[in-house]
Amino acid sequence: MFFAKVIGTIWATKKYPALNSLKMQFIQPLNSKLEKVGEPIVAIDTVGAGPGEIVMYITASEAVIPLPVDMAPVDASIVGIIDRIDLETK
Amino acid sequence: MILGRVIGTVWATRKDENLVGAKFLIVRQINLDYSDTKNFIIAVDSVGAGVGEVVLIATGSSARQTTFTKNKPIDAVIMAIVDKLDIAIKEQKFEATKN
Repeated sequence: MFFAKVIGTIWATKKYPALNSLKMQFIQPLNSKLEKVGEPIVAIDTVGAGPGEIVMYITASEAVIPLPVDMAPVDASIVGIIDRIDLETK
Repeated sequence: MILGRVIGTVWATRKDENLVGAKFLIVRQINLDYSDTKNFIIAVDSVGAGVGEVVLIATGSSARQTTFTKNKPIDAVIMAIVDKLDIAIKEQKFEATKN
């Protein structure tokens, strides 16, 4: 699981039928200090996150597990909204 | 999933027998402002996308999670055609929220 910040929403009317009624969000991956890492990706939102929120997301075929369908071509899913991070800093 | 624009079609007569019937499209990966990047990927189409359309691509083992691509040697599938992007936090103005 990784951190990311939700930066936007995406509309797609024509999509794989199993994905109907699921919300897709653009997320910008972050490191543990909440600094930007890499390029934004699209993830399915299962928790109701909004733009600006820090979330955690899972990737690869495990991303299908939180969805209400058995099989869907999804490689990233948001699974939690971060309230606070306690991190030991040197 | 990554964002891309379909830029072409691929024909291949000799291929793995599991790939018979698959429609292969060449997809150029794009940025949030629709500008092209240097990366491209060949993806199997599951939604009926055409050249010029902006699409979403699922990669890796997730690409096998459709009825057509199940248990086939495929690692990228087009799973949505994008109508609109609503970017609330622009990349240039991006600032990570400090804890």
